[in-house]
Amino acid sequence: MKDKFYVNIKIPVILMTLFIFLIFSCNNKETENAAKAEKDSTKPEIIKTQKVEEYAVEAPPFSDGIYPCTDCHANIVANPERRVLTEWHEDISAIFNHDSENRWCLDCHDLKNRDYLKLASGKLLDFKESYKLCGQCHGEKLRDWKVGVHGKRTGNWNGKKEYLLCVHCHNPHSPKFNELTPLPPPMRPEDIK
Amino acid sequence: MKKENSRRSFLKNISLATFSALALSGCNTEVFDEFLQKNFRTLSKKEKDKIIKNLELKYKEKYGKEFHVSDKPAMEGTLFGYALDLSRCVGCRKCVYACVKENNQSREPQIHWIEVLQMEKEKGIDFADSNVQYNPEKVPEKGHFYVPVQCQQCRNPQCVTVCPVKATWQEPDGIVVVDYNWCIGCRYCMAACPYGARHFNWGEPTVPTEEINTEMHYLGNRPRKKGVVEKCTFCIQRTREGKYPACVEICPVGARKFGNLLDPESEIRYILENKRVLVLKQELNTQPKFYYFFGI
Repeated sequence: MKDKFYVNIKIPVILMTLFIFLIFSCNNKETENAAKAEKDSTKPEIIKTQKVEEYAVEAPPFSDGIYPCTDCHANIVANPERRVLTEWHEDISAIFNHDSENRWCLDCHDLKNRDYLKLASGKLLDFKESYKLCGQCHGEKLRDWKVGVHGKRTGNWNGKKEYLLCVHCHNPHSPKFNELTPLPPPMRPEDIK
Repeated sequence: MKKENSRRSFLKNISLATFSALALSGCNTEVFDEFLQKNFRTLSKKEKDKIIKNLELKYKEKYGKEFHVSDKPAMEGTLFGYALDLSRCVGCRKCVYACVKENNQSREPQIHWIEVLQMEKEKGIDFADSNVQYNPEKVPEKGHFYVPVQCQQCRNPQCVTVCPVKATWQEPDGIVVVDYNWCIGCRYCMAACPYGARHFNWGEPTVPTEEINTEMHYLGNRPRKKGVVEKCTFCIQRTREGKYPACVEICPVGARKFGNLLDPESEIRYILENKRVLVLKQELNTQPKFYYFFGI
């Protein structure tokens, strides 16, 4: 009697289990084959990062009322002597920390054409292209920036990207990054209910 | 009379109970369908469309918003890679919270796909001595550097190898994904991952309605259930549409780089060819597609 009971129960159960396993294993094989076929199919075309030659970026806004410089400077007799500015631009004097021992305003700003920057060669440069000025000394950074490694890019990895100019992140008069307040740390595992 | 509690009666009762349960739930076909739903990789286009339509309806009912759930497959000719500039990262944790928001991670109980480890410069990369709980007034702290760790998207992913039900796999574009409906919650993958990148939903995950991201991918940031494992998917819902991952877009110091490893013109390839690059726990031969580099 006992034996029969086992037979009655066991066989259908075993058959059922086998059947289920069969279904699952079939499914798995199918997917594996499908994946393989996908791999073997003709060499796919590589999706390329769109090459960008032009670095025309909207420059960050000037501080209020500071540009165009000629608004004030047109009526001032230019003084090319190196000194610490105390009457005007003292806010910049206060923070100026960009090789300040060896440099001052007129190393980057032009004496006669106040609305322009000046390269070491004497060539004038629009404020919109300030990155070329930075690149005179920081050539390595400029090179990395052009390929998108230094600095930040947003947008599409395979298409249109938005750039930031050097001066979006670095204050040209004090380029070191400010410290940031960190967001809260994760909960300790023991505090998670 | 002797009470009959033989094996026979037990089996009889349990089968009766199962059938009646099935019959009852049969009225609600959704539950029934979800229960019988196959592994994502074996679904036909028609089945996928139906499942996704149901999901969108379900989410709309729950959150009262229009949702878009994508099942966009990998683009041909892409293999995603990631690079993180260790010389730039300041440990501000902006990426951690941008990721939480983008990928609808549970707020309570808390799940973070990105962990930022603070390490001492003197000791170098040393996981045993790292600290995730740092909380000073300002970062970076002197004498320290920061190593954000998330899924390393290994070419040789051990989490995939150990999964007993094939609920996790590597897609053709290199992203390791999880089918949350197929996952049985055994957490073998979590034990196998040497980076601690996988996270388990110990409780019913909660995401505030006003913060939920309605742009979703079936294999990515759709809401998870209690009892399943989740992890970083390189923001599959963004990157398969051509966008950068959320952590790349938020990083205030531009330390995070993303691109196509197969494209020689990409940022990521430039980094691999020109910078000093390392991967974490190289000796384990997991072959991550997540690289760390020194930009300076």
